[in-house]
Amino acid sequence: MISIVNYGVSNIGSMLNMMKKIGFPAQVVSTPAEIERADKIILPGVGAFDHGMLALMELGLVIPLKKRIVQDRVPILGVCLGMQLLAKGSEEGVLGGLDLIDGYCIRFQSNGDTSIRIPHMGWNELTIRRESALLERLEGARFYFVHSYHFVCTSQANVLATAYYGNEFTAAVQCNNVWGVQFHPEKSHRFGMTLLSNFARL
Amino acid sequence: MVIPRVIPLLLMRNGGLVKTVRFKNAKYVGDPINAVRIFNEKEVDEIVFLDIEATTSNTGPNFEILENIVSEAFMPFAYGGGINTVEQVRSLYSLGVEKIILNSVTGHDPGLVEMASSIAGSSGVVVSIDVRRSWLGKYSVFVRSGQVDLKRDPVDHAIEMVRLGAGELLVNAIENDGMMEGYDLHLIKRVAEAVSVPVVAAGGAGNLQHFREAVDQGAAAVAAGSIFVFHGKHRAVLITYPEYEELKRVFK
Repeated sequence: MISIVNYGVSNIGSMLNMMKKIGFPAQVVSTPAEIERADKIILPGVGAFDHGMLALMELGLVIPLKKRIVQDRVPILGVCLGMQLLAKGSEEGVLGGLDLIDGYCIRFQSNGDTSIRIPHMGWNELTIRRESALLERLEGARFYFVHSYHFVCTSQANVLATAYYGNEFTAAVQCNNVWGVQFHPEKSHRFGMTLLSNFARL
Repeated sequence: MVIPRVIPLLLMRNGGLVKTVRFKNAKYVGDPINAVRIFNEKEVDEIVFLDIEATTSNTGPNFEILENIVSEAFMPFAYGGGINTVEQVRSLYSLGVEKIILNSVTGHDPGLVEMASSIAGSSGVVVSIDVRRSWLGKYSVFVRSGQVDLKRDPVDHAIEMVRLGAGELLVNAIENDGMMEGYDLHLIKRVAEAVSVPVVAAGGAGNLQHFREAVDQGAAAVAAGSIFVFHGKHRAVLITYPEYEELKRVFK
């Protein structure tokens, strides 16, 4: 059973719809007790970094999440803001992140190129940087992105895939049982179905 | 390479799918849920749904139909039509609508743009700007399905909407709607130059080259209706969407 964390800042409906479509059982969780019982976690999220962290704090989810992930080694997939929250922090806010993958989030720079609109909204093909179970059968796949900030890993070894928007940026990360994707697999039709099935089978 | 989004813009009236010409003469083109299923199979970049009667009939969004549509939409889904309150905004997001599109409400309660963007972030808030060009060549923003003139320049309006938190602008040229003779490129260029957020061109696409023209003038994405629901000169109803490789060639 996949537990989708509902902390009030994300589109739970789309994720549930997609899990149902691909036939993997999923439930919505929002309490510390539920996190402590979860054996596979998706952390979705849209909006501002601090808003997301505050919401997790107010629900008392930060410590149970970290415990479940670091001590019990439960797989987690952060999606969009959910991926950015895995970092140490972000230029977008002042709060610290979950600090599960060594890195920091920075804002896109258009560098005067007027075709580089921010937020970045659109489909990009992935360049896979490292083989992984999550991105199996997804070479050249395209995914839907919506974001103004992006993840910068301290260690390139944690970069699973990049995409191009003015510059190459990190599109997917992994460190042990912690996975993150900047794009929205739940909104990337058959490519997203493949990715979420891969995660469900981990 | 960044390939601009190509977005079917679907109009709904009384729960059915329609297509207009210059915002009039709505012709029935099918069932919305069925259309979304077909667009799913065709792997479209995104879908924009506008209920063109939700404001003028005072009924607001039809949540029941939207729930059914959204559960079939495995691509980004944006909805506009009759959104007036923050409660409606919240309901739409929780249904699974990624982006809400505000239009008429920006004329009398632009604060809703700000509130919506504080809920979902600016990328979840699109302001749609319907523009008519007068016989003197002067542009003005219209609301309520093109019926009420706000007497405001689209560039001023666009800047104000972005300041309030709109993450994207859907700019629709009323006189070009359904004509399939190309976008209002001058309008697209003016708005795109004035803001830093993505501008989606709407109104007038009749072929793939028109998409390219709009992007060359600064559009970050293109939306179209007729080209995706009509086929041939007799405008027979047929839902189509170009292959990804074809779109890549157009924008290369």
